[in-house]
Amino acid sequence: MAAGVARRVNFVDAFLWAFRLVVVAVVVWGTVGTLRLGRYTGEQWVDFVIFGLAQGGIYALIALGYTMVYGILRMINFAHGEVFMSGAYTAYFVAAPLAASGFLNRHPILSLLLLVGVAAAVSLGVAVLVERVAYRPLRRAPRLVPLITAIGASFFLQYAFRGLYGSGFKAYPEFELFKGEWQVLGVGILRTQAVVLVSAAVLMFSLYQFVMRTKVGKAMRAVSEDKDAAALMGIDVDRIIVLTFAIGGAAAGAAGILYALVFKQVHFFMGFVPGIKAFTSAVLGGIGNIPGAMLGGLFLGVVESVGPALFLDGLGIPAPYQLKDVIAFTMLVMVLIFRPQGILGERLAAKRA
Amino acid sequence: MWRVGLVFGAVACFLSLAGLVEALHARWVVDGWVSAGQVLLGGLLLGAGAVSARRTATPGARRLAAGVVAGATTGAALGLLVWLSRHVDLRSMFVNASPTLLQLLSAGRAPEEAWLGWVLLGSALGGVGAGVTAAPPRLVGPLATGLGTAVGLGLFQELVLLVLQPEGLTPVRDWLFVAGGGPTPHGAAAAFALAAAAASAWQAVRARPGRVGVLPPRAARAVWVGVGLVALLALPLAGGPFVAQVLVIVGLYTLMGLGLNLEVGLAGLLDLGFVAFFAIGAYTVGLLTSVGEHGIAHWSFWAAVPVAVLVSLIAGVVLGIPVLGIRGDYLAIATLGFGEIVRLLVLSDALRPWLGGSQGVLAIPKPAILGFELAGPQHLYYLTVVASAVVAFVAWRLQESRLGRAWMAIREDEDVAEALGINLVSVKLLAYGLGAAFAGVGGAIFAVMVGSVFPHSFQLLISIQVLALIIVGGMGSIPGVLVGSLVLIGLPELLREFGEFRFLVYGVALVAMMLLRPEGLLPAAAQRRELHALEEEREAAVAAPAAAAPEGGR
Repeated sequence: MAAGVARRVNFVDAFLWAFRLVVVAVVVWGTVGTLRLGRYTGEQWVDFVIFGLAQGGIYALIALGYTMVYGILRMINFAHGEVFMSGAYTAYFVAAPLAASGFLNRHPILSLLLLVGVAAAVSLGVAVLVERVAYRPLRRAPRLVPLITAIGASFFLQYAFRGLYGSGFKAYPEFELFKGEWQVLGVGILRTQAVVLVSAAVLMFSLYQFVMRTKVGKAMRAVSEDKDAAALMGIDVDRIIVLTFAIGGAAAGAAGILYALVFKQVHFFMGFVPGIKAFTSAVLGGIGNIPGAMLGGLFLGVVESVGPALFLDGLGIPAPYQLKDVIAFTMLVMVLIFRPQGILGERLAAKRA
Repeated sequence: MWRVGLVFGAVACFLSLAGLVEALHARWVVDGWVSAGQVLLGGLLLGAGAVSARRTATPGARRLAAGVVAGATTGAALGLLVWLSRHVDLRSMFVNASPTLLQLLSAGRAPEEAWLGWVLLGSALGGVGAGVTAAPPRLVGPLATGLGTAVGLGLFQELVLLVLQPEGLTPVRDWLFVAGGGPTPHGAAAAFALAAAAASAWQAVRARPGRVGVLPPRAARAVWVGVGLVALLALPLAGGPFVAQVLVIVGLYTLMGLGLNLEVGLAGLLDLGFVAFFAIGAYTVGLLTSVGEHGIAHWSFWAAVPVAVLVSLIAGVVLGIPVLGIRGDYLAIATLGFGEIVRLLVLSDALRPWLGGSQGVLAIPKPAILGFELAGPQHLYYLTVVASAVVAFVAWRLQESRLGRAWMAIREDEDVAEALGINLVSVKLLAYGLGAAFAGVGGAIFAVMVGSVFPHSFQLLISIQVLALIIVGGMGSIPGVLVGSLVLIGLPELLREFGEFRFLVYGVALVAMMLLRPEGLLPAAAQRRELHALEEEREAAVAAPAAAAPEGGR
């Protein structure tokens, strides 16, 4: 009997090892091939990395919402990608008139702050609403139940915004100030990417300080540690949960504007893929862990931007950039299978495993 | 009171701005008098009154007042929308804030007048809604059935018209419907009266003490099943190719639903990449039978189906192995990842030489039996029915088997199940493999139905729809799968202009079902007990001290 179990487990293990080896082999083979081909210059690689960092910053901001909610409720807020979309999409209707009146380019910094404020406010509202309607009544239900409402809420939000704002792509107005490049240490960086990187860094730093230094942040950490004990210490757990959703939502809204700066368009389905990638980042960094989410985001952004050229080009695969998302999803699956506690894995994940 | 009104008002404004009210406004419930959009708005006002009255503790005039206030608030919110639309250009933001909508909402009056009108109408309907909560169910039940039937007659007029197409039925049709329009006033009234009378009679029969059926229960059940079977077989003949086409799609979703039901409903493994197996079944049949560029074997459909099922089964097991150790929400995301990887790979240029990239595999011939080609939707319908029946039978036997009970055990608690000697690895892999095989059957039929397969047919959306239908039908319940796909897939196909809102409704359905009726419409017995165990315990716990100290209870 025991031998039988051991044998079956070994068979599964062997399969997983084969899976690992195949992925490693593809990566190594592809990398060697690409480097031998020498198709890309050093400068191009630097560009890839910087683009990846900018995109990763956006993922990281979204990932904060996933990780904070997970830390407290032990549930994936599946609708978080849509929270991100709602802010960016709604802010478009502020950005378009601003651009039409010329205000946007006369006061670019002020406009950017205004847009971030609008997007953050809308996303915050949507996040809090979702919590109130779809999650709070089910806090004591079986595990599968809130996950299903989360999927439902995500779907509802997508099609609600489609119904309200229409199904087409909306072209975000561009800032004149952010066109072109800046030279930093002899390397040309696209201005948009620099702005995105700096904004994401500032936002993440202030959020981190908020969680670590303020009283509310302390309460949030206490609730994520142990809800019942926190309640005994006089913390209003419900209020803290709402606040967590609010802060995560606001960060996602701000990320939405940064996304619009880079990709210059919004539509109702834009939240899905960034949402999944941000979730990947959160798991990569160890879910429930705020610095981990930031690190995970940046890491994923870079791998995704460098990956197609580095791993796939060398294999002679045509149009490797079509498979950019495959790299991200493969990372997602690999992390969930092999290291669900993430890079900076800690107690939270250990509790689950 | 007014907070309930505000919530309902916000919902009413949202539905108006999202275009649903206008889309429904295109359907007459009573031609020239009432449209479905107006019914929706009126229903919201009634609902505001009823909910608000329900929440008021003291019965009587207080409740009525609560209903009136809530209805008035809802009406005021709609009035505010009218007023805003006159003074601000809402359409630059909300694409659906069209002149038609505003005409409907303001009835062509000045904004202030319209506002007053909405508040008055809201108060009246809110009051009626509150009154309904106080009325005896003996009265409300038949009335609601009657109203529902009359509205249904308007909403599904196309279907009714299709059924009334034969020559002999023309007088009925002309009496019920205005030519090229909705139901006539007397038609709607007749539908209402008939349904209300039937519901009332049914109630009277059921309420009779010591009720004995006309037939013994088993025979009655057999009669019902017989009626259902005849309806199932005759429906496409009566309704024509359009109805048959809709039913084929319902059948395909039923097949997928039966498969996912094994995974989610029985084994508790939430798989969001399920559409991948449908795709694998479809592509296998496509590649094996296609007479076009990508065909590799030119087999017949009948030879390709077993292979497709086998390939899907193997794919289910292979994709199942890596996720064996993952639980709950992580599993959902991991399978979603797999599903997307499969779709992106099929779509990519890298695999284009074999799978045809975004154009897909074309020129898939229709199946034939002894030289008779199953070409139209009506023929394919019977193929789908046979396939669904076989799969449902297999699913039913599986569910009742030792394996089925093992699945339910791991759904309840993996660790306990393992401690009881259930081999998690093989049991889970069987769930993935068999679920995938069922979806593969659906995919095979899908391939011949469309005549081509391409990656855009296999979006994540499909997985979510299948999940939604088993949730709505009732997790772990086989009849529930059929009911779920009829309600979620069949009805929206029949309401074509409603099409773009179906996904909105799915989202609402998922959330609402979990909040209000987590066991689904046709629940499996075990699921219902489990989901309500907590409530019952709580009620028992509340009842015990309340009985001891009556003045303490609230």
